Amino acid sequence: MSTTVTTKKSAAGGKAGDSVFSGLSLGAGVLILAVLAAVALFLFMQALPTFQAPAEDVSGGEGFFAYIWPLVIGTVIAAVIALAIATPIGVLVALYISHYAPARIAKPVAYVIDLLAAIPSVIYGAWGTTVLASSLVPLYGWLAENFGFIPIFSGPASQTGKTILTAGVVLAIMILPIITAMSREIFVQTPKLHEEAALALGATRWEMIRMTVLPFARPGIISSVMLALGRALGETMAVALVLSSGPLTASLLQSGNQTIAAEIALNFPEAYGLRLSELIAAGLVLFLITLVVNMIARAIITRYKEFSGAN
Amino acid sequence: MKASHLGRSAAVLAIGTLALTACGSDNATGNGSGSETGAAAGSVSGTLTGIGSSAQNAAMTAWQNGFQEANSGATVQYSPDGSGAGREAFVAGGADFAGSDAYLDDEEYEASKEVCGPEGAFHVPAYISPIAVAFNLPGVETVNMDGETIAQVFTGEIKTWNNPAIADQNPEADLPDTPITVVHRNDESGTTENFQEYLAAAAPEVWTEEVSGNWPSQWAAENNKGTAGVVQSTNATEGAITYADASAVGDLGTVAVGVGEEYVPYSSEAAAKAVEASTPVEGRAEYDMAMDLERDTTESGAYPIVLVSYEIFCPQYDSQETADLAKAFGSYMVSEEGQQTAADAAGSAPMSETLRTRAQEALDRITVAG
Repeated sequence: MSTTVTTKKSAAGGKAGDSVFSGLSLGAGVLILAVLAAVALFLFMQALPTFQAPAEDVSGGEGFFAYIWPLVIGTVIAAVIALAIATPIGVLVALYISHYAPARIAKPVAYVIDLLAAIPSVIYGAWGTTVLASSLVPLYGWLAENFGFIPIFSGPASQTGKTILTAGVVLAIMILPIITAMSREIFVQTPKLHEEAALALGATRWEMIRMTVLPFARPGIISSVMLALGRALGETMAVALVLSSGPLTASLLQSGNQTIAAEIALNFPEAYGLRLSELIAAGLVLFLITLVVNMIARAIITRYKEFSGAN
Repeated sequence: MKASHLGRSAAVLAIGTLALTACGSDNATGNGSGSETGAAAGSVSGTLTGIGSSAQNAAMTAWQNGFQEANSGATVQYSPDGSGAGREAFVAGGADFAGSDAYLDDEEYEASKEVCGPEGAFHVPAYISPIAVAFNLPGVETVNMDGETIAQVFTGEIKTWNNPAIADQNPEADLPDTPITVVHRNDESGTTENFQEYLAAAAPEVWTEEVSGNWPSQWAAENNKGTAGVVQSTNATEGAITYADASAVGDLGTVAVGVGEEYVPYSSEAAAKAVEASTPVEGRAEYDMAMDLERDTTESGAYPIVLVSYEIFCPQYDSQETADLAKAFGSYMVSEEGQQTAADAAGSAPMSETLRTRAQEALDRITVAG
């Protein structure tokens, strides 16, 4: 008798717990969507006057599109430079930690890299503008002298080193821990059987990594890169401090270019009226870019998952 | 006259570092009949709200602290949302005072009559900061340049330090052939706007762009965020030149600016002289201190590149408490102590005696409406 009662009770409790938990998780899911929708709505409402204003009233005097276009390109350039530097380094560091380094070294190295993520971006900016920029000046001078025929290296190089390339390097350091930490987590999850099978077939360590670890981890690497891209696109303070902003320029060694996030941060404190609306419209564009990037990333990841051989 | 005298002594009491516990007896000995201003002399209380210029923020924080220390019952809130936002909120009645790098334009002034009574709002230039043109050339401490030369340097027309245009004005200096690297602000700022106003007035043929708080993209050069940023970049780059609040330039060399026949290096006195020599804005109350600086002044010893930031008050407030508070806080800001506090905290140039007296006379007009 008593046993049946207990079972009934626990079953009933389980049922209640189940519905409470599913309710909570549903609530959390709805909440995040609601917040996202509210942000989008706010941006759109506040940005609306910009789209309705006559073209000559918008900064630059040629309409919002002409104003935002160089900023979008600048944002993308900075993010691409950052990813081009951080992706290979981040993946290699993660591989070193997961497959090459002895445990005694791997732990501290992983820890130190995670620490990079905890440094506030204003510190990166201050370091970039005071230390990194000036120490890159000789390199930029050399690049402009020897590779000046390539448009992106055309001179004269900046005397302060505060260029979009420097900003990209600083961003690369900032996003490194994201790529490394996520890739490492994925690499260590590679099924041991796959790895041992590869080794048993006579593969060297590099061949084993290429045949088992990398294919298994590909979706993970991509999503880590996309997360890092999100940070690089939205990073504000470091770029605002490091970059000598200006009109769109092809050369990465001269001052010029500007990112959306930095443009907003630098002009927001004194903005009002239409200018404020313009900056919020710029924020809306950045929001849309990030959304599109994430959707593309999702699509790529689902595509690769089917062929990863993980299952 | 008598009222203004009363007001001033009352304000001095309010701002003084006198022990506040003794204020009751001070009132009695001061003047018993001063019921209108008496409250200001004692411990003013309540909350005063201001919105405005972010350039004033450092000074304003120091003023808030100093004022609240002396008046424990009073709170001053200041939100550095920008000059334009401050003026907008003030004329709409959303703030008790505004801090602004520009005075109310005619339209805003008319609108201010709605909230401030028939006389409209008035301005007090409580924050004055000379803008130095600073450069990094080892061994060179000062260079003479007239307005046109400065404009040509900042628009990139003059590219090296030994350019004849500069050398001719500095026969004694040994100028190298170092390239000039112009460094400007990349954030919108009153410093940039005032510097451009000077260039547009002193060299209208060279500086053809419209004056604004942003550096024109046509002449974009190296830039950095904030005063500290441009000074840092200039310090790090040989041959760099920038403009910045004079208090922040440190060891950099500075330009003596051509005024009339002479070259004037920046100083607090020279800046105050330029402010005194300015013309009052027409159509305002006679005690109003809104002014148009004469950037192309030829007044001997005046330094024309100055940032003047105003506090904008109403001559009439709806409640006695707000009127007392506004008067006491305004008087504290323009007092010798208040000006020194701002100079220590934000590096502004203290107002001259003449200006302080005029400002105090204007502030004494503040009364309750009705």
